[in-house]
Amino acid sequence: MPMHIGEKEFTNRVDKGLGDDFMRGAVRSAQGRLQSNRAGAAEELGDWDQWRDLGQEIRSHTMENLDFYLQQLSEKVAERGGHVYFAETADDANQYVSEVIAKKNAKKIAKSKSMVTEEIALNDILEENGCEVVETDLGEYILQIDDNDPPSHIVAPALHKNKEQIRDVFKEKLGYTNTEKPEELTLFAREQLRKEFLSADVGITGCNFAVAESGSFALVTNEGNARMVSTLPKTQITVMGMERIVPTWEELDVLVSLLTRAAVGQKLTSYVTALTGPKDEDEVDGPEEFHLVIVDNGRSKMLGSEFQEALHCIRCAACINVCPVYRHVGGHAYGSIYPGPIGAVITPLLGGYDDYKELPYASSLCGACTEVCPVKIPLHEQLITHRRNIVEEEKKSGLAERLVMQGFSRVTRSSKLFNVATKMAPFLVTPFVEDGSIVKGPGPIKPWTNIRDLPVPQKERFRDWFKTREKGGTGHGQG
Amino acid sequence: MVKGDIKNREAFLDKIADNLGRARKTSGVERPRWSNQVQWSVLKDHTEDQLVDVLEKQCDFIHTDLVRTNQSNLNQAIRDVIKGWNGKNVVTWDDPRFTTFGLTNQFKSWNEEDGITVNQWDASSGEESIRLAEKADVGITFSDITLAESGTVVLFSDQGKGRSVSLLPATYIAIVPKSTLVPRMSQATREIHQRVESGERISSCVNFITGPSNSADIEMNLVVGVHGPIKATYIVVEDR
Repeated sequence: MPMHIGEKEFTNRVDKGLGDDFMRGAVRSAQGRLQSNRAGAAEELGDWDQWRDLGQEIRSHTMENLDFYLQQLSEKVAERGGHVYFAETADDANQYVSEVIAKKNAKKIAKSKSMVTEEIALNDILEENGCEVVETDLGEYILQIDDNDPPSHIVAPALHKNKEQIRDVFKEKLGYTNTEKPEELTLFAREQLRKEFLSADVGITGCNFAVAESGSFALVTNEGNARMVSTLPKTQITVMGMERIVPTWEELDVLVSLLTRAAVGQKLTSYVTALTGPKDEDEVDGPEEFHLVIVDNGRSKMLGSEFQEALHCIRCAACINVCPVYRHVGGHAYGSIYPGPIGAVITPLLGGYDDYKELPYASSLCGACTEVCPVKIPLHEQLITHRRNIVEEEKKSGLAERLVMQGFSRVTRSSKLFNVATKMAPFLVTPFVEDGSIVKGPGPIKPWTNIRDLPVPQKERFRDWFKTREKGGTGHGQG
Repeated sequence: MVKGDIKNREAFLDKIADNLGRARKTSGVERPRWSNQVQWSVLKDHTEDQLVDVLEKQCDFIHTDLVRTNQSNLNQAIRDVIKGWNGKNVVTWDDPRFTTFGLTNQFKSWNEEDGITVNQWDASSGEESIRLAEKADVGITFSDITLAESGTVVLFSDQGKGRSVSLLPATYIAIVPKSTLVPRMSQATREIHQRVESGERISSCVNFITGPSNSADIEMNLVVGVHGPIKATYIVVEDR
């Protein structure tokens, strides 16, 4: 599955998301839990902001010296007997992995979760080559079994599905006979996948952080599947985005500490597995052969540009978990395997404005994303930069403003959208409020506020106020 | 060890340097002195006993039982945990600490009195040792470094210390010598960093293990026990 997912038209995808009541309920409750877990972990640590400063500083130094650290990493991996392949494009990476697998005459591939292999659509290529590819992360496994349903969240890929849907998929595809209890579903997956781990010829993993000084790389996981994939198959291939690297083990500590707290509110996940090269000759378990594939696929364009900081991302999804737009439209509406605020920043950079010019507008610019980012990426500012670029690029056609106005008329035409939009209005305009009035409104209200101020929307909508009054409530709004 | 291949590197890194608007850097990059060292203030000045208390509290959050004991009661404490799980088939690391802590010569009586079979990880038997670990219902290792803050045991792999022992059996016991306790991950990674700097070869696999495996992939409901162990117990033993 390539980076692009779902229907081509952004508006159709949004409609689909807004119409999916179950998905929206699932996203709401997941967001709530993830947000409070993160906030709890940050509060417990006490000096969270200092940790974020440190994270930002480390990421910034590493990106400024990325060529040096990648060179050091590759030397150290090779010294330990591992092979390193630098892949400029998705095709290069897929071709190299295919060649390694062909040489091994391998048929069964066990994979642990990896966003970059989703991005380059590695599974499609391997399946075309006649390999059986088994996704072993529980969420990814569920999606794969369900006819390759795309992921909707970078940490919890099956977030949009409920347990009844998962039970039905297991029943239909795998002959599962138990209930929808998550414990029973999970135990079933354990039994199914144990056989796959033991019989896989090749293991493929992603990489959370490579450590330049020793040629190591760390996998941050909870389920134990990445440990299986890096313990049992004889050949291991690890695919990493080129920016996923730290100078030394000391920086690994800081970034892992930020990642696990920001992602799920854990002090550490169940497993942080740091691997260096293939197994030693006198060891029994672990791969005999190790390949590291370092992928550019458009990332280098961000270096030296106004978007360089987007490369600081450590894929924790904290920005996704607080985003009010994601909350309403869900992950699939973004049309990219990278959804939410960070997805709206990097997808147009990796995939181009032609296909993704709407994404920078899929944001209320409320800035919640920037506030939670553990490495302080100025996400909402980068979205504004995108919008500026799009306006510049499309100035002649006036496309950008047209897009926004189209969006506005669509919203007013659809009752569902109108509901969502008016509920969100007080929140969306907060950044534009001065002394209780909107002075510089976004999108459709901009022409109006260019000449006069608009009163701030009431927190209680007229429709809600009316309903309360009919029921004999106080009848007065809070706004 | 034969050096591995490196392919397509120069053009790839030249492009990075180009985009950064400067010449390639192939040497001379030093880490700066970071403007804060906030990680070192966590649990600073805690005594070993206080760190055990922190570890014990954290174990509640990570669904892990913690047992405190001393060297003379260690054997019984481990047997009690295994019996509590109804374990019959144990795999352990081949680690000299099993002998120095007086356990190796007790394995025979485990079998005679409780019907518990113990297999030691044996690298010379190759694949057979993985098969034995897969069949075992209890895996036992020592902790090499223990992180109080997160409730983590750090395991360095080697010939006798197979990765499978802490992974394949459904239940897992980590023996935690009290002297292995440090405040948090920072102390462990600094030690590894120092080994790298001094040219020492680091383990092919360093596992930071925090309780049993788990997943929240189904409706964000936590399920304890996925592919790795389903239950875990840490046995903290006084060792000085």
